[in-house]
Amino acid sequence: MRAMVYRGPYKVRVEEKDIPPIEHPNDAIVKVNLAAICGSDLHLYHGMMPDTRVGMTFGHEFMGVVEQVGPSVQNLTVGDRVMVPFNIFCGTCWYCARGLYSNCHNVNPNASAVGGIYGYSHTCGGYDGGQSEYVRVPFADVGPSLVPEWMEDEDAVLLTDACATGYFGAQLGDIAEGDVVVVFGAGPVGLFAAKSAWLMGAGRVIVIDHLEYRLEKARTFAQAETYNFTEYDDIVVHMKKITDFLGADVAIDAVGAEADGNLTQHVTAAKLKLQGGSPVALNWAIDSVRKGGNISVMGAYGPLFSAVKFGDAMNKGLTLRMNQCPVKRQWPRLFEHVRNGYLKPSDIVTHRIPLEHIAEGYHIFSAKLDECIKPLVVPSAS
Amino acid sequence: MTYTYTPAKPPLTESTDQLRARIPGWGVDLDPKDRPSGTKLQYQPDMTGAHWDFPDRQPEKWPRERSIEHKFLTPVFGTACPPRRLSGAIRRYSYKKYSEGRAAHWLLLMAADRVDAWENHVVSFASLHPDNPITETGVLSEFSHHGLSSRLGKKRADLVHQPLDPIIVAGPWVVAAWVGLKALRKVRGKR
Ligand SMILES: NC(=O)c1ccc[n+]([C@@H]2O[C@H](COP(=O)([O-])OP(=O)(O)OC[C@H]3O[C@@H](n4cnc5c(N)ncnc54)[C@H](O)[C@@H]3O)[C@@H](O)[C@H]2O)c1
Ligand SMILES: [Zn+2]
Ligand SMILES: [Zn+2]
Repeated sequence: MRAMVYRGPYKVRVEEKDIPPIEHPNDAIVKVNLAAICGSDLHLYHGMMPDTRVGMTFGHEFMGVVEQVGPSVQNLTVGDRVMVPFNIFCGTCWYCARGLYSNCHNVNPNASAVGGIYGYSHTCGGYDGGQSEYVRVPFADVGPSLVPEWMEDEDAVLLTDACATGYFGAQLGDIAEGDVVVVFGAGPVGLFAAKSAWLMGAGRVIVIDHLEYRLEKARTFAQAETYNFTEYDDIVVHMKKITDFLGADVAIDAVGAEADGNLTQHVTAAKLKLQGGSPVALNWAIDSVRKGGNISVMGAYGPLFSAVKFGDAMNKGLTLRMNQCPVKRQWPRLFEHVRNGYLKPSDIVTHRIPLEHIAEGYHIFSAKLDECIKPLVVPSAS
Repeated sequence: MTYTYTPAKPPLTESTDQLRARIPGWGVDLDPKDRPSGTKLQYQPDMTGAHWDFPDRQPEKWPRERSIEHKFLTPVFGTACPPRRLSGAIRRYSYKKYSEGRAAHWLLLMAADRVDAWENHVVSFASLHPDNPITETGVLSEFSHHGLSSRLGKKRADLVHQPLDPIIVAGPWVVAAWVGLKALRKVRGKR
């Protein structure tokens, strides 16, 4: 089969690999219809995530058709059209039994501090991902769901990560009716978080980024009020000014480890790898909310320490909540929202890239060329 | 009028009715108790399709490296890219020796990643599929996908450090080529 393969920082290519075999009685093999490149993949691509091995296939956002099932699989049959959450999870460990699917304890020997994620380095379990023609899906009875008949592939694939994560991010903000919510980052996660904040009754939704075309999308797709942080000497002061110097009630970090806006933070994290991530957006979030406010962190950071302004968070009495998104837990509600037309995930897709052109796809998304917001990867177009 | 320095909260410019009219779905998830992730750590026995308490164990086909913060090898694990060569030795050592709480663990793994890349570049040159930094970085998309107009005249905060990327990628190759050339000259000179 053809599969995307990592060749070292900033380098990927397509290689011929064996179709993955069943390795556990509850495995399934899924033939991928559509995959996506996620902002998280950029952290791998830029060599920021420890134990990212040459030869690994990335891709944790994908949907497809069941090709083969292991002997203990009961809930899926060959030919089923399925969407697969980016989390690999067992369903019964202490964490899974309490709904923390993204924190499963039975799927990642390499680290106890993070669950299992498809195609996301050995630190997240060493599983090959879905930017390929076929992928091994462990715990087939637990993770995947049938795609509802009425749902399109492009909506389904975005529900396996970006859309579910944005929605989860808004929930962790504990938004109350009329709250002022500021979202840092107008990438896929930020756009869905902004949109979801309205569903939870926000009174005002503000989105911050430096890419004008993405802010434009935040205005049209998420009906948000937007600010380009490069136009302000100090975006935190501007947030205070527009909230009568109170600050926002809730801030959502949808940027993560490669945040811009402070060159020292960015270079020490993304280029020199001296800290787990560049917490520029997180620090802005901490400083932009009012005292007693809530911060929801969806942006991903590496396991090494990062220079976070913890003193401000403490003195302000903030509540910080964060996690990898337990995707499947969001689905029943999100299916309703998509069906009712409150959310149209595929509206943010800008590029459909044949698997054979994966290197260009990564470069375009990474360098933010061609007004790229969300690139999909199409294995069958090869 | 100042609100913030008084008990009042600054008012919103839009009323609930206006918001509901402008934004499809506004407030459908208003009730915090009725949000899918509203509760944390609540035991929910029927939420999954699992039919085991502890899963079957996947066969371990080679000694699988694992965090010493785990009691044992987890029943299911990924099998991509078994550790090999020097990078593999560094990785195995890091897993065996240091917990996730130690910076040394992560720094060694990052070092192994850099060694891994070089090992594979070198090996690839002796193969039918040598690494090609031009095609593998996808830089040619700069020409086909508006590299210039995506940047020119834009107030993008990432433009200051983007010139570092080609240095990070191409720099080591240039140095390697230069060292190789020097070594070759030396050998020739000795003859
Ligand atoms: N928690 C989860 O489950 C989960 C799931 C998916 C993605 N993520 C993480 O969410 C983050 C965003 O993902 P994405 O797919 O939207 O990525 P993306 O790279 O497309 O978007 C990030 C956006 O942040 C902007 N940005 C950079 N610095 C900023 C700053 N200081 N302030 C405001 N905006 C800034 C960038 O211009 C970009 O538009 C990543 O870190 C990703 O790893 C987490
Ligand atoms: Zn992701
Ligand atoms: Zn589990």
